[in-house]
Amino acid sequence: MSSCRDLARLCVVLCLSAAGVLAWAQQPSYPGLGRTATPQEVRAWDIDVRPDFKGLPKGTGSVSQGQDVWEAKCASCHGVFGESNQVFNPLVGGTNAQDVARGRVARLTDTGFPGRTTLMKVPTVSTLWDYINRAMPWNAPKTLKTDEVYALVAFLLNLGDVVPADFVLSDANIAEVQKRMPNRDGMTTDHGLWPGKGLGNGGMPDVKAVACMKDCVPEPKVASLLPDFARNNHGNLAEQQRGVGPQRGADTTQPASAASGPPAKPAASTTAQASGAASAATVATVKSGAQVLALAQKYTCTACHGTDNKIVGPSFKDVAAKYAKRTDAKTYLAGKIRAGGQGVWGPIPMPAQTLPDADLQAIAAWLASGAPR
Amino acid sequence: MREAKEGRRDFVRGAFAAALAGAAAPASWAQTSVGDPAILDLPPHSTGLGQAVVTDGYGKPSQYERNVQRRPSPGLTQTTQASVSFAPLQSLFGIVTPSGLHFERHHQGWWDIDPSKHRLMLNGSDEKMLKKPMVFTMDEIMRLPSVSRFHFIECGANTGMEWGNVAVPTCQYTHGMLSCSEFTGVPLKVLLDMAGADYKRGRYVLAEGADGSSMTRTIPMELIESGEVLVAYGQNGEMLRPEQGYPLRLVVPGVQGVSWVKYLRRIEVGDQPYGAKDEAVHYVDLMPDGRHRQYSSTQECKSVITTPSGGQVLLDRGYYQISGLAWSGRGKVSRVDVSVDGGRNWKTARLQEPVMSKCLTRFSIDWVWDGKPALVQSRAMDETGYVQPNFRQLRAVRGTRSIYHNNAIQTWLVQESGEVKNVQLS
Repeated sequence: MSSCRDLARLCVVLCLSAAGVLAWAQQPSYPGLGRTATPQEVRAWDIDVRPDFKGLPKGTGSVSQGQDVWEAKCASCHGVFGESNQVFNPLVGGTNAQDVARGRVARLTDTGFPGRTTLMKVPTVSTLWDYINRAMPWNAPKTLKTDEVYALVAFLLNLGDVVPADFVLSDANIAEVQKRMPNRDGMTTDHGLWPGKGLGNGGMPDVKAVACMKDCVPEPKVASLLPDFARNNHGNLAEQQRGVGPQRGADTTQPASAASGPPAKPAASTTAQASGAASAATVATVKSGAQVLALAQKYTCTACHGTDNKIVGPSFKDVAAKYAKRTDAKTYLAGKIRAGGQGVWGPIPMPAQTLPDADLQAIAAWLASGAPR
Repeated sequence: MREAKEGRRDFVRGAFAAALAGAAAPASWAQTSVGDPAILDLPPHSTGLGQAVVTDGYGKPSQYERNVQRRPSPGLTQTTQASVSFAPLQSLFGIVTPSGLHFERHHQGWWDIDPSKHRLMLNGSDEKMLKKPMVFTMDEIMRLPSVSRFHFIECGANTGMEWGNVAVPTCQYTHGMLSCSEFTGVPLKVLLDMAGADYKRGRYVLAEGADGSSMTRTIPMELIESGEVLVAYGQNGEMLRPEQGYPLRLVVPGVQGVSWVKYLRRIEVGDQPYGAKDEAVHYVDLMPDGRHRQYSSTQECKSVITTPSGGQVLLDRGYYQISGLAWSGRGKVSRVDVSVDGGRNWKTARLQEPVMSKCLTRFSIDWVWDGKPALVQSRAMDETGYVQPNFRQLRAVRGTRSIYHNNAIQTWLVQESGEVKNVQLS
């Protein structure tokens, strides 16, 4: 009777709560969030090419076609032969026919060889294809056509004597080219720095030290320190330390000996504040110069032109000085920016620039007026 | 400097002399003997009206803190878009890096991306790797259950300039490609579960950015399965800064910064590593036998003393708190020892709470400087038992041309003048 009814009631309560527990215990799901990507969307973004060439689109490109694209879009940063060290590390150099035969770059053991080029390091031709396709040219990534990417890879490999001058690279023969990569056997994953199981040695460290506490090493000697002439190479360190606390920054505009004696300069914090205030004032009075420099930054002009220093192209100051007396300087410079040019400042070409006309005119006007800061 | 270094002593000396000489003391001494003008003469901020609320809707540091800036290292890179700026570790307290001082590393310039137009795509290297490829908006990612965790991020090339010899003067430049934040986001595992990832075949994940460089790096599935890897939008209580990948970046605790892909647009699950540019040309470590280590990712246990450190000048002899940072990509820091005699003798430092896994840990130890030259070092250990090596031990295995993963013990020389220099010992 009553006990039966109680039991039934209890069952209802228990069953309900059990159902409740079940509802919470289930794998969480998040209805309403995310949707299936369309095949077109996946195609638009899934551009990676793996070392086994999964993801590589069909196409062809010859060394000579590659040279044309190179000279128009790549040489300004990388040099006509991929050798330039002006903007980026050299791409080509340091490999030879023996390396191509052996799959190891001998120069990598030569501690006297300056730097390492891309071709000395890269083991996989897929890497070149993938990276050029996704990130080049520097100021207009992902604008190359598939065949242009093939052609550029062919041209680069020809510069390194990996393929002959009449070579045509394609999806059909790229696996054969892989077998000629100079450093194809130059990599190892036998190390402890891969935090997974698929590669490496499972995380075993290669360098083993012990935590000795007493009389651990002989009398220590200083073997390396910055030479005095490099003292101020990173700017005045007095301005790079907080002006309050247990220490100040060393005044590196003064020789170390002078700085260690009674300081001749005012307190570091005062110096820094004075120069900070001065630069703030400068910025305020030449606002238009700053705006134009922001444009130059936006359109990556600054990748090749420094304000005061030559990078790949001349500095803005040098350009302004050269055309200071020319009455049509603004029009001339606007034309040069739009069309690009070569020869006025040296052999490295400046590519044609596609920026909105108002911004282009602003930059030209600023150059023509002497490039004031 | 003079003011700071000698002002304090002048006041004490002056007061002492004045007491000795009585009324005969010079006027200035007599004045200082009365007391410190900073106390005696009430300043305007004690006698006037201060500024209004919301003078600045997003507050800035004090004007007196303007020396605390992230900075590039002159001559390190030839463009400003593929470049790096270093965090001013010498001026930071605790373990969190203020977001505006977080080190920067860009491969093709930074962007401020409209979050309403940003998408994250998940797909597979073949059609069976995921049950369905998916797309998420930022709104959707931010609706999912989130976690907030503190982690350090260190560039694989941090301290890379110092492999062969001393090259830079301060800890900003030796160790400043290091920062630490509280990151907020969704474990990547949650998203891969939603898409039905094949965890048996898919042991590698490719992360790809939306910027011009569309940075790609391979991440081991083990780290994602552990729940550690986050798809993060938050940093120190606010959204990520644009320089740090606004609106979305990958957080890969313990792994070098290049894998923390910014402006994250795509995750691909695959059955092979990808050999990306930053896994085949850069971020490969040259060994003495001419081979490069590929897919080196973990940041091993390391530490650096930030006070006192290179480029600083100690104001006087006497008490100092030696303080610094320790971290490990393999877990928690378990101990830090400090030496003031170039590694001959060591004492164990205090670890400041909290001590968290794959996070910066602040340590400190008391020191009374007697005015004599001192060689100051720190040596960290992590919970796996790994001990941070000195340069000799590191170079014996890896040579001097690795560029990446230099975690050697740092030495600062405190000179008699009080000036601190970056040095390496024989």
